[in-house]
Amino acid sequence: MKYEAVIGLEIHAQLLTETKIFCGCSTRFGSEPNTQTCPVCIGMPGVLPVLNRRVVEFAIKTGLAMNCKISSYSRFARKNYFYPDLPKGYQISQYELPICENGYVDITVDGVKRRVGITRIHMEEDAGKNIHQKDGSLVDLNRAGVPLMEIVTEPDIRSPKEAAAFMRKLRTILRYLGVCDGNMEQGSLRCDANVSIRPEGTEEFGTKTEIKNINSFKFVERALEYEIKRQIKILNEGGKIIQETRLWNVDTGTTQSMRSKEEAHDYRYFPEPDLVPLEVSKEWIEEIRQSMPELPDEKRNRFIEEFGLPEYDADILTEERTIAEWFEECVRLGAKPKEVSNWMLTELLRRLNESGKEIHEIALTPQHLVDLLKLIDNGTISRNIGKNVFSEMFASGQSPEKIVQEKGLVQITDTSEIEKMVEDVIQANPKEVERYKNGETKLLGFFVGQVMKASKGKANPKVVNELIRKKLS
Amino acid sequence: MEELYQLGIKEASELLSSGEISPEELLEAVLKRIDEVEDKVKAFVTVTKDEAYKRLEELKSADSTTPLYAIPLAIKDNICIKGVRTTCSSKILENFIPPYESTVTERLNNKGYVLVGKTNLDEFAMGSSTENSGFFTTRNPWNTDCVPGGSSGGSAAAVAAGECIGAIGSDTGGSIRQPAAFCGVVGMKPTYGRVSRYGLVAFASSLDQIGPITKSVYDAAVLLNVISGHDHRDSTSAPVEVPDYTETLKENIKGLRLGVPKEYFIEGLDREVEDSVKEALKVLQELGCVVKEISLPHTGYAVATYYILATSEASSNLARYDGVKYGFRAESKELLQMYQETRAQGFGAEVKRRIMLGTYALSAGYYDAYYRKAQQVRTLIKNDFDEAFKEVDIIVTPTTPTPAFRIGEKVSDPLQMYLNDIFTISVNLAGGPAISVPCGFSSEGLPIGVQFIGRHFDEETVLKVAYNYERATEWHKRRAEL
Repeated sequence: MKYEAVIGLEIHAQLLTETKIFCGCSTRFGSEPNTQTCPVCIGMPGVLPVLNRRVVEFAIKTGLAMNCKISSYSRFARKNYFYPDLPKGYQISQYELPICENGYVDITVDGVKRRVGITRIHMEEDAGKNIHQKDGSLVDLNRAGVPLMEIVTEPDIRSPKEAAAFMRKLRTILRYLGVCDGNMEQGSLRCDANVSIRPEGTEEFGTKTEIKNINSFKFVERALEYEIKRQIKILNEGGKIIQETRLWNVDTGTTQSMRSKEEAHDYRYFPEPDLVPLEVSKEWIEEIRQSMPELPDEKRNRFIEEFGLPEYDADILTEERTIAEWFEECVRLGAKPKEVSNWMLTELLRRLNESGKEIHEIALTPQHLVDLLKLIDNGTISRNIGKNVFSEMFASGQSPEKIVQEKGLVQITDTSEIEKMVEDVIQANPKEVERYKNGETKLLGFFVGQVMKASKGKANPKVVNELIRKKLS
Repeated sequence: MEELYQLGIKEASELLSSGEISPEELLEAVLKRIDEVEDKVKAFVTVTKDEAYKRLEELKSADSTTPLYAIPLAIKDNICIKGVRTTCSSKILENFIPPYESTVTERLNNKGYVLVGKTNLDEFAMGSSTENSGFFTTRNPWNTDCVPGGSSGGSAAAVAAGECIGAIGSDTGGSIRQPAAFCGVVGMKPTYGRVSRYGLVAFASSLDQIGPITKSVYDAAVLLNVISGHDHRDSTSAPVEVPDYTETLKENIKGLRLGVPKEYFIEGLDREVEDSVKEALKVLQELGCVVKEISLPHTGYAVATYYILATSEASSNLARYDGVKYGFRAESKELLQMYQETRAQGFGAEVKRRIMLGTYALSAGYYDAYYRKAQQVRTLIKNDFDEAFKEVDIIVTPTTPTPAFRIGEKVSDPLQMYLNDIFTISVNLAGGPAISVPCGFSSEGLPIGVQFIGRHFDEETVLKVAYNYERATEWHKRRAEL
């Protein structure tokens, strides 16, 4: 039988606020254990939470970007369970009345557009971290109270590939909004997946499992592929899927049972009495809407329409807001959009990848690239030399003019100078001249190469080409 | 002249500012009184004698015109004071010293008070007699075989015994008013949200409120002036203007409409208590008030509703006492066992009973039948009061069904114990302000209290009625003999 997968995702995104969700402690990552704590976030007796307004703003922004209905009235709730990294014995979260509901995100997979429903987005606090050592366990509460957003999708995803595409799209949106850095490896973006399978063409859902601990974009696809195969195998062998939580194991590339439905916690949710219901005014929502940046889909479509870019270029350029803005700055400075795109897609993105740097961290500016394109355009340097100059600019941050001048890279277009080099090459290679004249015309490339070499790449290749043809004919 | 320790805040302040007595004389009188009677009363978990003298030194360079300048007060031991042991009368917090200050004591500090000690309570404020204290039972100064009431029994007993000039308590279901009635002093629960809860160790967050326990209504107004007002650290504290209660209480009460709920005069109400309250109503009528019978039809559901909501919140609020971060820990090789042993040894029987009740009420499958239903009934109870306050300005009831009972009399019957709060609980559920004022004595010489309940944030009228009543009677002038 042919099966179809049904996947829904639960994503936790750490918010990029300066301070924690219910106290004034810093959210900075990587400090000494328990140095970013106060009586509130370590759950001392008698202290009370005070909601960070920025967190609400970030959640509303995200909700608007994902086409959600923003609730004018929402509530926090307590999720009760015991764990050493949970200082109060409960997590303050949202349950019955979340801040955002009923949205969607569009993704494109293999050229086909798909719409994934967003069930809800809510705010909550992160827990701390247990550190296990040989002689016991320690607790670091620096992360306790760091704001999280939980985003829950409808079971609209049908393949691991779609799930991965959704995660990438989600990351792009969150980074555009500046609400989350989207780093799955470092845990600032985490993904749990609910998976079930059903015979293709049927509507009824199968029994689902929940996969936890998927901590990279690559593993979203791999973990789901494994789990779907595992479920198909069970059904094919006449078995039954057990509703349970399973853990993705990177080392074995498999999922393993963590706890069954019967062992699931009873979290005893109830409304958080220490916080008043959250009321959000229409004016505030409107204010936030006005302050929203252009979103990836809008930007992509505009790049295609306004700049005549191919879809492929527009997709890649708009994946990161900073890259897109860099591109637009080049265009604003007068460069041809497609030219800029070509250079960015090949030279720039490759070098960013190699250096592991973000675009705002490099010395190269849009003005540099625009000036370089001008130098190529007006014939001062060849395209090939341009690539070297680009490399130099990327490394040093110097202007292209300066590099061209200092290294004497100005293109030689003076015919008499090139003519002399051509003659030298012809004299030095009598055998090849002979063969060329006997009809082996593909040797033209060889001569051009020799001349370019002699000119250290500075000769105008067009001129060289013409001259060799003329001399040898 | 009265002994200095017998003074209230108003008289003590007047003597201090006229220079008739010095801050040292006043403090010494109070500390000496503690030395003399504390063995009999056992009001304090911690007496902060050294800190009090240090504080007097500090105050020498402070503004001496502040309303609580050099006034020795006692604070219930579930309110956090920086650097001072705060136990909640629980073994689990026996050695806990908070590194932060509650908003209430911070405000008292700013107005010049002197802390003389932290008072005993039923563990985590769960009880009506202080018999649930993890350490010892406080005695009623009027009869040391009787309970002082609870949970703020230590504060009420300390005030009644002259071991302080005034005190602070907390009230979740009657924990200020009931012990005030039992000990013959004034106790007020302000409107929920009037006083910041920051630093008050939570029992039931949606019901807890801090308030004064004093020797007179005027003193209650003085303390309320200081501790009231919005606090950015407590999201449930209300941004509502605070009037000067010491001024507003002087207004006369002619024409004020008093409602007497028929549901409060029921079987089980002690005859002497009923007579005293009816006598008080007569006094108020003579002062020009109009008395009419009203109905609060959902009164009968209050105790059940309270014991679902309060225990539900408590089961969650007390989860943090797990032995991981602070407080008592039962060492163990294994995490689950550490949790279990810590809580088994650290909490007393009543606290465990309530944690279990609350955990049950919130459990999957029971939530709708218990917690959600109780919330709905809570709304009905609040509506009762809203309706009643369309017709009357103040509701008058007995504070407790009986005067103070004997130590040990009700410990084996939690339900009987819970019924002690039957007249005070509804007010916490509805959220409004209420005060208990002495209104008589039983034939055995035990104090009786009358309760005045007001509209939300209308502490003014509550205090006004109480003050006028107090001035027309002599009950508050009697002192317990020890």
